[in-house]
Formats: sequence, structure tokens, C-alpha cells
Amino acid sequence: MDKIGRFGQFGGQYIPETVMTAVHELEEAYDKYKDDEQFKAELAQLYRDYANRPSMLYYAEKMTEDLGGAKVYIKREDLNHTGAHKINNVLGQILLAKKMGKKRIIAETGAGQHGVATATVCALMGLECEVYMGSTDMERQSLNVYRMNLLGAKVTGVDSGTATLKDAINEAFRDWCSNIDTTFYCIGSVMGPHPYPTMVRDFQKIISEEIKAQMIEKEGRLPDCVVACVGGGSNAMGAFYDFIEDKQVRLIGAEAAGRGVDTPDHAATVTKGSMGIFHGMKSLFLQNEYGQIDPVYSISAGLDYPGIGPEHAYLNEIGRAEYVDVTDEEAVKAFEYLSKTEGIIPAIESAHAVAAAMRVIPQMNKNQIVVINLSGRGDKDVYAIARYRGVKLDEE
Amino acid sequence: MKNRIDACFEKLRAENKKALVTFLTAGDPDMETSEKNIMAMIENGADIVEIGVPFSDPIAEGATIQKASKRSLDNGTNLDKIFGLVRNLRKQTDKPLLLMMYLNTLYKFGVEKFFSLCKECEIDGVIVPDMPFEERDEIRSEADKYGIYSIYLAAPTSHERIKMIASEAKGFLYIVSSLGVTGTRKEISTDFNYLLEPIRGGNYCPCCIGFGISDGAQAKAMASYCDGAIMGSAVVKIVEQYGKDAPKYVGEFIKSVRQGMDQ
Repeated sequence: MDKIGRFGQFGGQYIPETVMTAVHELEEAYDKYKDDEQFKAELAQLYRDYANRPSMLYYAEKMTEDLGGAKVYIKREDLNHTGAHKINNVLGQILLAKKMGKKRIIAETGAGQHGVATATVCALMGLECEVYMGSTDMERQSLNVYRMNLLGAKVTGVDSGTATLKDAINEAFRDWCSNIDTTFYCIGSVMGPHPYPTMVRDFQKIISEEIKAQMIEKEGRLPDCVVACVGGGSNAMGAFYDFIEDKQVRLIGAEAAGRGVDTPDHAATVTKGSMGIFHGMKSLFLQNEYGQIDPVYSISAGLDYPGIGPEHAYLNEIGRAEYVDVTDEEAVKAFEYLSKTEGIIPAIESAHAVAAAMRVIPQMNKNQIVVINLSGRGDKDVYAIARYRGVKLDEE
Repeated sequence: MKNRIDACFEKLRAENKKALVTFLTAGDPDMETSEKNIMAMIENGADIVEIGVPFSDPIAEGATIQKASKRSLDNGTNLDKIFGLVRNLRKQTDKPLLLMMYLNTLYKFGVEKFFSLCKECEIDGVIVPDMPFEERDEIRSEADKYGIYSIYLAAPTSHERIKMIASEAKGFLYIVSSLGVTGTRKEISTDFNYLLEPIRGGNYCPCCIGFGISDGAQAKAMASYCDGAIMGSAVVKIVEQYGKDAPKYVGEFIKSVRQGMDQ
């Protein structure tokens, strides 16, 4: 980072004046608490006793044998409490919000995983919680909407724009502008204005720190390749971060190619996007020649975001990480493959990482190691996959 | 050449009047109606007009301007067409014209190309609601090069920051009346005396208050704290209601606001 809140030319704080004071207040609080021993101890205890960390690093023997290339390890973020990596960030942010004396938490959600994690931690800590969710996403992830309600959160549908993740972020932002004194905006990914991309990455980097320690314990060395899916990019940033300086470790991010990057129906920001300034940050965005943000599509509600976190844009620019596209069809096949081969039903988001890994594993030799970050579990996606395959389920 | 915004405030000050700044979204419901609406506002007492460039994701806007932006974009509005609108307006008026736009629509168009076109079409200033003071370098050198003012904003949360912002402000300082997004409000409870106290009596540019002002009485009350009032959503609501027939009603409304302010 050469300037505060910048990753090369990416990042920054492009937000209305109304929220500048609050963002600076957050920046100060985060700078204070991130190195505070008591804060770190409280967070470590929550990670261990509440979120079930460390998550296991599992050797996928059958998958390894079947693919006939590199050894495959799966980082089981799906086994965290609430079923995804999202809880790591939420525990950190809401603990910080409590320290700052905030009484009300707002969040946006796409697939519902971040919303569920936020609702969960608000229930735990006794804070009021409102989650904004695109009405299109509420339909495709109705189970998660009900879970959030069970946890005591208010879920507010957003009908504007494409009624998906980016619109939920717009609405959460508008709420924040209106309730800045009482409200903490718990952003779910490594995006938004500084300090969010850095702070969320710091709360997620435990993933790569654990992978490193577990890998050394099991294999006595670092992996050759780490693969993660990328929407905004928080699980990928968490899985990559501690390996950035280990240049021999290949880092691959899998973006959602939807119905294909040559159709309008995709969310492949690195492949098809261009430089822009939106949602508080300078980064890559899918947009037209006049800077209007494109509607995006993926079977995965957690990956259909028209931008990418600024640190990923930077890692792409300097060539430290590669970003590849995975279509709906490839992701669904990987979803089914992992379920049948290893008895693990992945989130459809994470299935994009599985699919990307399945391309490189057979090209590698048996002495090499690939780690797939399995960011979430797939129970929430079963209906959508059945629908994709034309199977009718009575319960729906 | 002197910037029209400076000339406008000098003239108003000499006449002991406050500025009425008005806004509408360009291309809502179409460019011809926008042109007529803007001329109707100017003929009925608007001193400065902000022309809104629609954006797909206007995070600082309430429902009224969000809907207007969508109507406009659905009609195919883009920045090239808006420069065409400004060229037409410049044949009819010498009042200050500003573009209000989100940073991405300016950035993606090309900052240099944008400001050179602003100069060519005789735009006097731009307001970028999602570009805070700290990120002003994004457009500053090009804006300065072509003599276009970048209008800075201050908010009720800016008490500690207002002196810093005002020290570099040109044209006028846009004071956001209350927390939240654009849209008319029943009442505005911000303590403007407290907010503006750090810049009282200093050698700063004029201030105008906007966000949530719905009629002449409210405009007069807001302008009493500073040099003018800004009205946006109240105008856009009339455009929404009357569509192509709006110019007549927009003109009548602005006339009533002007009368209310001057009383």
C-alpha cells in the first residue's frame, strides 16, 4: 500500500461528505483496536468457541486419485458456524461496533450468507440488525431470508435497479447516510471505501494463516496453488493474503462467467471490466462507455457483483494473482462432483473455485499440492441446482 | 473571463437578494422537455441551474431522483446528449449552468475530454456528490485548466471539516441540509448557526443550502442562514407528475418559490 487506503492506484474513499466523519471515526477505531491485546483476545475466543475455528484442512483423497494430478486439500470454511467464511469478518466488525458504542447494525447481502452471519452475531451481542437484500435474491435464497428472521433481524427487500447485491449495497449506504450517529455499516466483502477493504481482509486473513500452519504440519511445506472464488473477493483475499509474499504459491481467483463471458449474462469483472469509481472505491467494474454500471448475472447470488475489491484489482495488475472465469454449467458440474466424490456439498459460489481447481489439478504432478478454499456449504443452493437441472421439488 | 457563478453572486449581493439554485435530471422524460423546463425555471426566477446527469446507481439520492434517473436512462440519455442540451440552452441563456453527476460517469467519459467539452459548451461548474474533499485531485487539475468550478459539499457532520473544505471552495459551497439522501422533508432540524460558525466572517465563497427544501417559505428560511437555497426533488416531482406538460407547472412552481424567498 503506497498511500493510506490505496493498493497501487486502486482503493480510496469515494463517498459523500455526510459519511466522511463516520468513516474517519471507523478508521481511527480500527487502527486503535486491531493491535489491542484485549480486542485480539476477545476475537480469538469468539473465533474458537463460537465460530468453531480453526476450520479443518481436509485431504481430498478420492478427488486426488480421480483427477490424477496434484494432491488436493480442501479448506473447510463451510464448517464454520453459519456455514461460510462470512462469520470471520462479521465477528470482527461487530465486536468493533460494540467497542465504538454503536447500537444498530446494517448490512447488505447477496446469497444471504453475510446477512445470516450478521444477524447471528447481532443476536449474540444483543444489537438491532437490519439487512438489505435485493428482491430477486430474496426469491432465490428464501431459506436464508427465513433464517435471518429467525435470528431476529429485519430483512428489507430492495426493488431498485437489478434488485440484487449492488442495489442492496446502494440501499444500505443510503440508510447509513441517514442514521450515521447510531448505525454501524457491516460491509460483507473486501470492498467499499477505506478502511473496509483492509479491515475485512484483516478479519479474513486467518484463513491463509491457518492454511499455512496446517499445510506445514501435514506436508512440511507450502502449497503450490491456492484457489478461491471471487465476487467482491473476501474469502479469496483471506485465502491469498498470507501467501502473497510466498511468490512460488500460485493464487487463482474464480469469477462467475454465468452463461458465458461473450454473453451479457456474467459477472466476470476482471476479464470484462474496466477502471471505474463506484461504491467508495477505485477498482474494476462492469460498465458501459458512459460509466453506467452493467446489470450482471450468475447462478450464484453471492458472486453476481459488478465490481471487485481493490486489492484484487491490484494483485491482478501486478500479476501476483490470476483470475479465471467459470460458467454456471461448470460450477453446477463441480457442485455435483464434489458432492458425489467427497460427500461435501459446496456452496454454488465455492463450486466455482472447485471448477477452476479441477482445470489445473490434472495439469500438475503428484508432488504438487492445491488448496481449494471451500468458502461455504451448499444446503442453501439445493433448490436452485434442482431447478437448474429441471428437477421439481415438492417443498418449494 | 469571470466565471458566471461569481458574477451571479456579486449581482445578487448588490441587489440584496438570495440565490435560487434549481435542479432537474436531464432527459426526464426527454431532452426537449428538459430544455423547456430549464428555460421555464430561469424565466421564473432561478439564478443557477444544476443539470443532473443520470446514473444507474445514485447512492446519494432518495426515491424521487432515483426514479427520474431511471426514466432518463431508459430513454437513452447519455453525457454526449446532455452536452447537446447545454449547447441549445446556451443559445437562450447566460445564467450559470452546472452539471451534477456521480464521479464514475465523469471518470469513465475521460476527465480531460469532459472538462474540455464543459468549456466548449460553456458549463460553469460541476457537483460530484460522491467525491469528498480528500479525493478532489481526481478532477482538480483538469477542472482548473479549463476554468470549470468543482463545487464542494459540506454536511451536518462536517463541523470539524468545514473550514478546510471552504478554504478551497469556489463558486459556492453546497451545504447539505440534513443527514440522509435527497428528497423533500417536512422539517430540517440542523443547527446551521453551529455548522457554519467556523466560516462566519471569513473570506470564503458563498454558501447555499440544499436537500429536502420543498417550498418558498422553506427556501427563504434556509437562505436566511446563508446566500441561497437549492431545490431539486421538489422540481423533479413536478416533472414526474406532468411529464411533457411539465414546463408550465415547473415555471409556476419556481415563480412561487421566488416570490416566497423575496418576500
